[in-house]
Amino acid sequence: MDLAGLSVGWYLALSVVLFAIGGVGLLVRRNPLVMFMCVELMLNAVNVAFVALGAGLNDVGGQVAVFFVLVVAATEVVIGLALVVAINRRRSGATADDVSLLKG
Amino acid sequence: MLEAAWLICAFPLAGFAVLLALGRRLGEPRAGWVATLAMAGSFVCSLAVFASLMGRDPAERRFVVTLFEWVPAGDFSVDAGLLVDPLSVTMALFVTGVGALIHLYAVGYMHGDGDFSKFFVYLNLFAFSMLVLVLGDSLALTFLGWEGVGVCSYLLISFWFTDEANATAGKKAFITNRVGDWGFMLAMFWAFGALGSVRYLDLFGQADSLSSTTATAIVILLFLGAAGKSAQLPLYIWLPDAMAGPTPVSALIHAATMVTAGVYLMVRVNPLIAVADAWAPDVIAWVGVATALFAAGAAMAQNDIKKVLAYSTISQLGYMMLAVGTGAYVAAIFHMVTHAFFKALLFLGSGSVIHALDGDQDMRRYGALRAAMPVTAVTFIVGWLAIAGVPPLAGFWSKDEILAYAWDASPALWVVGIVTAVLTAFYMSRLVFMTFYGEARYGTEVHPHEPSRLMTAPLVALAAAAVVAGGLNLPFTKDLHFLGAWLEPSLFANEAHLSLGAGAQWLLALVSMAGAAIGIAGAVAVYLQHRLPASRVEWPAAARAFYVDETWTRFVGGPGRRAFEGVAAFDANVVDGAVDGVGRSVRAGGTLLRRVQTGFVRSYALLTAAGAVALLVWFLVRTSF
Amino acid sequence: MAEAVFAVAAVLMLAGAVGVVASRNPVHAALFLVQTLVGVAVLFVLNDAHFLAAVQVVVYAGAIVILFLFVIMLLGVDKAEELSIEPIFGQRPLAAVVGAALVAVLGTVVVTGADVLTGLRRAGGDRALDGDATDIERMGRVLFSEFAFAVEITAALLTVAVVGAVILTRRASRSDGSATADTAAS
Repeated sequence: MDLAGLSVGWYLALSVVLFAIGGVGLLVRRNPLVMFMCVELMLNAVNVAFVALGAGLNDVGGQVAVFFVLVVAATEVVIGLALVVAINRRRSGATADDVSLLKG
Repeated sequence: MLEAAWLICAFPLAGFAVLLALGRRLGEPRAGWVATLAMAGSFVCSLAVFASLMGRDPAERRFVVTLFEWVPAGDFSVDAGLLVDPLSVTMALFVTGVGALIHLYAVGYMHGDGDFSKFFVYLNLFAFSMLVLVLGDSLALTFLGWEGVGVCSYLLISFWFTDEANATAGKKAFITNRVGDWGFMLAMFWAFGALGSVRYLDLFGQADSLSSTTATAIVILLFLGAAGKSAQLPLYIWLPDAMAGPTPVSALIHAATMVTAGVYLMVRVNPLIAVADAWAPDVIAWVGVATALFAAGAAMAQNDIKKVLAYSTISQLGYMMLAVGTGAYVAAIFHMVTHAFFKALLFLGSGSVIHALDGDQDMRRYGALRAAMPVTAVTFIVGWLAIAGVPPLAGFWSKDEILAYAWDASPALWVVGIVTAVLTAFYMSRLVFMTFYGEARYGTEVHPHEPSRLMTAPLVALAAAAVVAGGLNLPFTKDLHFLGAWLEPSLFANEAHLSLGAGAQWLLALVSMAGAAIGIAGAVAVYLQHRLPASRVEWPAAARAFYVDETWTRFVGGPGRRAFEGVAAFDANVVDGAVDGVGRSVRAGGTLLRRVQTGFVRSYALLTAAGAVALLVWFLVRTSF
Repeated sequence: MAEAVFAVAAVLMLAGAVGVVASRNPVHAALFLVQTLVGVAVLFVLNDAHFLAAVQVVVYAGAIVILFLFVIMLLGVDKAEELSIEPIFGQRPLAAVVGAALVAVLGTVVVTGADVLTGLRRAGGDRALDGDATDIERMGRVLFSEFAFAVEITAALLTVAVVGAVILTRRASRSDGSATADTAAS
């Protein structure tokens, strides 16, 4: 396989930026669904890094890790969306800031 | 059988538990029978343990029965165990034996009382505590029993608590004993600090490694405790007031058993006394003999029959302390046993008299009861002769032995002792003459009568014991020192040995007999033949017990009260202030910190992200430098 | 050629990501998310991870985003969100600072550590990427030999997730039972 001079560093750099955008999105958005989407962004950023590093090391392990991340992401979305549905049933249109029972 | 020594304690405890749960339902007289049976069972167990100890070699007559781990705290642990040795078994025998007889008597005495079953609940609890005190294998366990008997004493003195005076007497006994208990506790802590253990066998094994100063301090502090419990000067003041309780209580607790606990404790720790400075036993001896003389003087002028016996008890306890102080441990225990018999007998007899005269305790309204209550009179006279020191009754032998050792230690002690003996003979004769002889002074509406068999049977048994108990330790030849030989394993060869020849002992005995005779003759002259008016011998000061009580009241009520109010203020402001301050500062800190917990998921996420960044920075910095 | 594909995909992905974060309507955010996910799939292809690329499109861009859209429609929360206000004081500046710090720190790691992999290429065995086998075959061999236990565990995880989702979203249907009692009963 020829990487044609495209070093792993570029992929990692892209991954870093994507991860940071997802993280900032998680911090500033209040809609729980969008927050979940931002989490997906962060997971995908990590996936990109995994695959690129796996290719760089000539190891299929990176791809395996991505496979498991996909599975966990799927479960996370299922449970997370179920929670959103359950909360919205009690309080329609609730944002993440409305659920603050942990307040000291 | 030795392993089953716990049964001795278990019987009264079981009786207590049964009566506590079912006492009211059992009612009179079955509750009394349950309690008496528990004591009898305990007595039988004591006999069995005694027999199996006898079957052993004298050197092996010391046995610890470990029951369970009582206080486990790190390296420090107190096992609850029973120390079965000749001394503790002797105590257990007479505590359970005399106790059983008094329980039997109480079944009759308490007849018709509204709280009949409650009385026996307390009595059995008392017996259990006393046996724990006696059989405990450590100072801590003895202290547990010590406090237990204190509580029972309080409960029983104020048994008829609806009368204010009785309740006050109970409180007085309890609080006065706290002073002594304070000494006991300090001694226990000190012993633990010095030797790392409060078990008797550990203490005795390492007693030689103690400095004499430490040993002296421990002994003196223990003696403070003993002086409280055994009613020595100046802590005796609770005992005369304790007569407010029912008469069986006075007989059991305040004559035969509990008040001897202090003497028992001092005998028990004889290896420590042996290490202590020489002045420590001297203090014990002089306090003892001073108490004996003082109380005998006070007993001369009392008109309440139970008060006479109370002061008499204090006086006899003084004799026992004198014996302890002179190293005559065998004599102390000997006198304790004989005293338990005849003093219990005298108290029960006085109870019969009070019973017969509808609760009147004033001897000035007694007289000529001999005809109306012959059994009581005869047994009482036996007790009188025993305590007065008339041979061959028990009191003569034990008191004479103490006086012989006192002479050996210091003739001055002996002189005070013999004067006390004369006074004892006098005031006991006075009591008997005023009660059973002379003309009847009670009102015509009173019809004295012999109490029921239940109450006379214990009197007869105790009278028999008071006659023959002297045989336990006869002075004539070494072979007759049964008690001395038996107790030897508990005394570690620390007891004093008489250096007197046989002739000197005979002489001392003759003097002591003459003293008894003088005392009795004096009383005959004053109270039977009326050659002297009674007011000439009954000092007003003696009637008030030489104003010791009043002095205490003035001291505690005046400067004492102010001092303790100061302590209370210190506690409220400084100690409580510090404790509250800790709490307040924690709350203030919490109020500040709770602002961090906003409850917003996004704030938590922000903090988490910041933490992740900080960690990454830390890794970067660490790897690049 | 590869550089060009990478560049286009990277631009699309970043644009999509910014779109997710910045769009006021959640439906738009979901669509932007699809754009980014497809970009990721392109990068997978570029790295010869064809199987993962397919899974990425089917599972992520297909199933998961559809699930998001379902929930949005179900709850009727497809209203535009007011983005100009921020209830938590200081949240946005701090988020920006943290994000920038993240980029700076991780970027430093990437820049300084870019050459670390050089000369570390491993070869041989089932795990090497440059063999004759297709990438599906490679992953299959590794997943069902070396990672067999992990695969079993994911099966259990998925089952638990499904059961959990059912319990969480069940309505308290019976009149006598409360929601919690229902949960306990199931």
